[in-house]
Amino acid sequence: MDLQTLTVLFVGITFAIYIGIAFWARASSTREFYVAGGDIHPVANGMATAADWMSAASFISMAGLIAFYGYGGSVFLMGWTGGYVLLAMLLAPYLRKHGSFTVPEFIFDRYYSKTARVVAVICLIIASVTYVIGQMKGIGVAFSRFLEVEYATGLVTGMVIVAFYAVMGGMKGITYTQIAQYVIMIIAYTIPAVFISFMLTGNPIPQLGLGSEMADGTYLLDKLDQVVTQLGFSEYTTHARLSTTNMFVYTLSLMIGTAGLPHVIMRFFTVSSVKAARESAGWALVFIALLYTTAPAVAAMARLNLMTTIDQPTQAQNLAYVDRPAWFKNWEKTGLLKFEDKNNDGLIQYTGDKKTNEMVKVDRDIMVLANPEIAGLPNWVIAIVAAGGLAAALSTAAGLLLAIASSISHDLLKGVWRPNISEKDELMYSRISMIGAILIAGYYGFNPPDFAAGTVALAFGLAASSLFPALMMGIFSKKMNKEGAIAGMLSGIGITLLYVFQHKGIMFVQSTSFLGDMEPNWFLGIEPNAFGAIGAMVNFAVAFLVMSRTEKVPKEVEKMIENIRIPASN
Amino acid sequence: MSNNEYWKANVALILKCLFIWFVVSYLFGIVFVDALNVIKIGGYKLGFWFAQQGSIYVFVILVFYYAKSMGKIDEKFNVHEK
Repeated sequence: MDLQTLTVLFVGITFAIYIGIAFWARASSTREFYVAGGDIHPVANGMATAADWMSAASFISMAGLIAFYGYGGSVFLMGWTGGYVLLAMLLAPYLRKHGSFTVPEFIFDRYYSKTARVVAVICLIIASVTYVIGQMKGIGVAFSRFLEVEYATGLVTGMVIVAFYAVMGGMKGITYTQIAQYVIMIIAYTIPAVFISFMLTGNPIPQLGLGSEMADGTYLLDKLDQVVTQLGFSEYTTHARLSTTNMFVYTLSLMIGTAGLPHVIMRFFTVSSVKAARESAGWALVFIALLYTTAPAVAAMARLNLMTTIDQPTQAQNLAYVDRPAWFKNWEKTGLLKFEDKNNDGLIQYTGDKKTNEMVKVDRDIMVLANPEIAGLPNWVIAIVAAGGLAAALSTAAGLLLAIASSISHDLLKGVWRPNISEKDELMYSRISMIGAILIAGYYGFNPPDFAAGTVALAFGLAASSLFPALMMGIFSKKMNKEGAIAGMLSGIGITLLYVFQHKGIMFVQSTSFLGDMEPNWFLGIEPNAFGAIGAMVNFAVAFLVMSRTEKVPKEVEKMIENIRIPASN
Repeated sequence: MSNNEYWKANVALILKCLFIWFVVSYLFGIVFVDALNVIKIGGYKLGFWFAQQGSIYVFVILVFYYAKSMGKIDEKFNVHEK
């Protein structure tokens, strides 16, 4: 069978599974819609959390980032896993004990303030909407590359599928599809990695293959260092990202941001107990680690394969452009790979020197998708990778859409505007909000705004600088009051947005950036994407300062804090 | 009062775990990476290994260790779920 038929077949089967689950797991109460009934098994929730968490960015982009940044890419690996340690110990068990349906609802109960709730909803919506746009784009791109349909057709197909299970089943439908999506995603990620690791090093386990010797007796990483430095790139295993300080703060920002992302926290409301929440965080991390420890192997091996395909020991032996392999031609068509014969010798020079480098564009995102083709793996492997990429984008999109929909129907509508609506009406409104959220995400998928490019900075920056500190202080400080929490959240977001917009423009319109005479990354050499941790520090500091000058926390709230700190119900 | 003691035990355990969390990622993987890179395990430079592999394995162990230890502490202070 040819590649396209295989891809249609694999993607078709996975979509049929998702629709089947949609009919089987319908929600009949708000409890089922928001928290899947609250009795999901910890291992099952761990798997769903892993799928919820690992987006198109983790699946497609991360290995590509590492492939080109080398050691500097470690910030993503440590940052996006280390956050689960914080989540497991500082947030998840206590939030589960409290038993709210949404993150802003906990903020409201703890800080006895509708203002705090609304601030939390705004942070949640900005972070989730920017994040979901990226997923929608991922769905459109995956469809257009692998199924050769229009971007728009791909996007609409994706939206309809998500609508099926997210509107009918809410969290219940999403949970079971995410489990299926995790399985598809991890198979799709692992199979090519195992093949390539075995081909290069003889060791089929990528985590070990990365540290192994190649056929010629040199270690794979040494060989890679040698190849890239010879061509004028920086050494793979030691090249840091800007500076040690920047890497430190960047990693911290990603960790705090991960722990503060509402769509991830919400998943821990679906398990049956505090004990289950603690264990489930461990399982989530196991399932995430499977992919995240494979990624660096994929990255290094893809980079090595790419380099050695093109560059040979002497320039005269380099690959001739006319002899370029099929994958090269395929990706040239997408514009993500570009060659320009600067010295007109018909050979490809790929070097770290801008003047002589003839590979003028090698988009990082193609590394994972093109990797099986570069390594010459069979078509069915490539078809699985396509299905896996779609599973990653759909599962994260669904989790984000639920976070947005529930904050509108449960926090704004039921919590603030119309507290007296019946459960039945709330369930109906939650479905309407879900449809609304899908349409908004779809709209931005068609018309990606300028700020889509800054998604990661904004989503993690906001979660790190606003929600994480507010939640953590709400649990670990009995004295933190509403004035402190609100002031902290607003100043945390404020300073983070200021730094990001100063570099990247207001709402990411580059022409409105206002760095003026200041050097980029002027604050301790920290890049804007890494600023969330600084925002969090400001949040903590302002919150405690304001708290010390304002009224004490009411007695009943103190009781509530004592209650969420212990697993047993009183 | 015992709830207070329970909370102190929890916070002490968290601090212990986060200390290890900090050492393997921020110290081994970032601050002292060059010093550790002198040592090699197979083809891996040790600092590089902590940054791209080792820290993640330790994170997994830490979360399960915390869950297990908290289970015991819950029982000891009789605040476990029935």
